[in-house]
Amino acid sequence: MMDYILLYPELFVTFFVIGIFTFGGGYAMLSLIQTQIVVSHGWMSQSMFTDIVAISQMTPGPIGINCATYTGYTVLQEAGAGHLMSILGSFTSTFALVLPSFIIVLLLVKAYNRLSGSSRFEDVMSWLRPAVVGLIAAAAVILIVPENFPDWKSWALFAAALGASFFLKASPILLIILGGVAGFLIY
Amino acid sequence: MKKASLMSIFAAFAKIGAFTIGGGYAMIPLIQDELVRRNWMKEEELPDIIALAQSAPGVLAVNVSIFVGYRLRGFKGSLAATIGSVLPSFLIILAIAMAFRDYRDNPVVERVFKGIRPVVVSLIAVPAYNMAVKCNKNIWAWLIAAATLVLVAFVGISPVYILLAIIILAGLFAWYNGRRAAK
Repeated sequence: MMDYILLYPELFVTFFVIGIFTFGGGYAMLSLIQTQIVVSHGWMSQSMFTDIVAISQMTPGPIGINCATYTGYTVLQEAGAGHLMSILGSFTSTFALVLPSFIIVLLLVKAYNRLSGSSRFEDVMSWLRPAVVGLIAAAAVILIVPENFPDWKSWALFAAALGASFFLKASPILLIILGGVAGFLIY
Repeated sequence: MKKASLMSIFAAFAKIGAFTIGGGYAMIPLIQDELVRRNWMKEEELPDIIALAQSAPGVLAVNVSIFVGYRLRGFKGSLAATIGSVLPSFLIILAIAMAFRDYRDNPVVERVFKGIRPVVVSLIAVPAYNMAVKCNKNIWAWLIAAATLVLVAFVGISPVYILLAIIILAGLFAWYNGRRAAK
């Protein structure tokens, strides 16, 4: 009876550790989540993990959050818990994942507010800003893979969205919805 | 900057969270659009926010919400922003985990996402270009941007190491200049 009660502290510690040790977010986080929940804890199989990744890519929101929510629910379900207790599992792992960032970012904001305006800080930032621009450009380049661009129709959609965003300043949300509608119609 | 209500902070980030597909950098065009339009930050501030969010561990999008929320309304603001950005994906994933297991193979869902994916790529490309034009004021800045792009996209080096290396180099440079000026 209630064997799964011990899973809550375990989920908390596991996702707290993942939250501390993943820099760079998203994809960097996936491999750590995988080693923790598939290899170390044996909470799910490789193929179940692959499913989570696929679902995360298809649903909105950060991948790390998606994984934590899904894992928390599934692990409790597998252990025989009911819906409500499984939802609590989702909450535990998601909360644990976000908590370290919350503490560290708040400390960084305080440091930022104190430092900004000082000339040395500005010097360092003047080097960092172009690097961030390069990072974002890289994010776009990395996504140009056959899975995202299987045929000429996807390139046409890419060009249309690029033009609408650049020249018409169309809202990103509108473009995502239109992209979904177009995909449904042309494929 | 205008004073923002906690409810409007929550709503803005919930909207961003609900429409970010693919996570991480895919969120940047939405953040930029929402926050600049609401007058909560200037376009030039975006690189600072991202650099800072990257220097902390965890989910990039959540880190950005914590930072922006704090600047708008302190601790409560960061709480509202974080809950806002996490809640949509939490609810959606929960519904999926509870309801369907073969969601991934649903042909309608697959078609819709086939259309969305290339749009997401172009949505990331446009702010990168706009930021480059606004922030890169000299040849050095363009070189740093280009080198970062190549190292991350083609060499596969983690952004963390690149940002750390730049902080150390720039810090040393600033320290050296400071000493020279003092003499």
